[in-house]
Amino acid sequence: MTTKTIRAEYLKGLWDENPVLRQLLGLCPTLAVTGTVITGLAMGLATTFVLILSSLVVSSIKKLIPAQVRIATYIVVIASFVTIADQFLKAFFYPISEALGPYVPLIVVNCIILGRQEAFSSRNSIGRSLIDALGMSTGFLLALLVLSSIREILGAGTFLGYQVMGPWFKPWIIMILPAGAFITLGILLGIALKIESKTKRS
Amino acid sequence: MELIAIFISAVLVQNFVLYYFLGICPFLGVSKKIDSALSMGLAVTFVMSITAVVSWLINNLILIPYDLGYLQIVSFILVIASLVQLVEMFIRKISPPLYQALGIYLPLITTNCAIMGLALIAALNGYSFVETVIFGFGSGIGFTLAIVLMAGIREQLDLSDVPEPLKGAGIALIVAGIMALAFNGFIGMLT
Repeated sequence: MTTKTIRAEYLKGLWDENPVLRQLLGLCPTLAVTGTVITGLAMGLATTFVLILSSLVVSSIKKLIPAQVRIATYIVVIASFVTIADQFLKAFFYPISEALGPYVPLIVVNCIILGRQEAFSSRNSIGRSLIDALGMSTGFLLALLVLSSIREILGAGTFLGYQVMGPWFKPWIIMILPAGAFITLGILLGIALKIESKTKRS
Repeated sequence: MELIAIFISAVLVQNFVLYYFLGICPFLGVSKKIDSALSMGLAVTFVMSITAVVSWLINNLILIPYDLGYLQIVSFILVIASLVQLVEMFIRKISPPLYQALGIYLPLITTNCAIMGLALIAALNGYSFVETVIFGFGSGIGFTLAIVLMAGIREQLDLSDVPEPLKGAGIALIVAGIMALAFNGFIGMLT
């Protein structure tokens, strides 16, 4: 059992164990939905919802799950919450649900969520799992926001749909294309590693 | 003609890795050597073709007639997870050499979002049975093409001088970006 403080448990998801930038988990949705800030935000919030509730359920029933079928159990729990998120978006935010397409149902195979159940919720108390899920999803949301802001501002000259660049600005079309997603994330990973090696040395 | 268009589109234009961003984990993880990349690609193609058939049957014979659309996510993921296990046991029994070649990659495929994505996208596009089969097979070939090309580039990359922080995943993503740009050129083929 770790003796981390609640604060440290939350903060580790933001940087030290940031799911996207440090653990390279959940890269598919990260790349796919960050063409605009609004879709990135929606995906981050939907994932937050699923991760927190799945961690809550898994950590409360962890003693009842036989070890052999634990993965299947986690998947069913996660799939149920993804279905709720998907139906909710379809009912209340139809345009966003359309823009996200198959990526909302695909939260079910997001390795961040399954990874946290296996690595954390299944062996920690409900409270700790909740803090851990909150930290991880904030880290995921932050990574999505940084990536989608860069891509929307450079690729369309807008932020959340509002014009932020002057009329002199020529949008870099490549940034909204798939290629822009790969290249921007590659550079961000490099920057994250650079910062990490700097802080380690000092 | 329609079928050929679906096939070409699945292989080149709407490539699973470079257009839909699905299957990035194996794409980055198993693309260090051409041999293993090819095995992974073949295993994915194999599972994708079967998944396409099974998910179409479930969707069109059970979920749609009984108005159970909301169970789509749960049923697809459970079927895919058990299907991969079944395929693994089946191959081990009937063809040990094939199992040797694909063996370690098969369990990895369960959590591969490309498989789940295939089932969902085929259902979303409302493909007919034959179209779904072509789409599944073509997507697998497209994945294989992308991962083998990537492995070829990365074998060369080992010898070049990459800046320290970009080593590993960073440079791999940038290379994938350039590949995506090249594949973008294929869009003209379908218009």
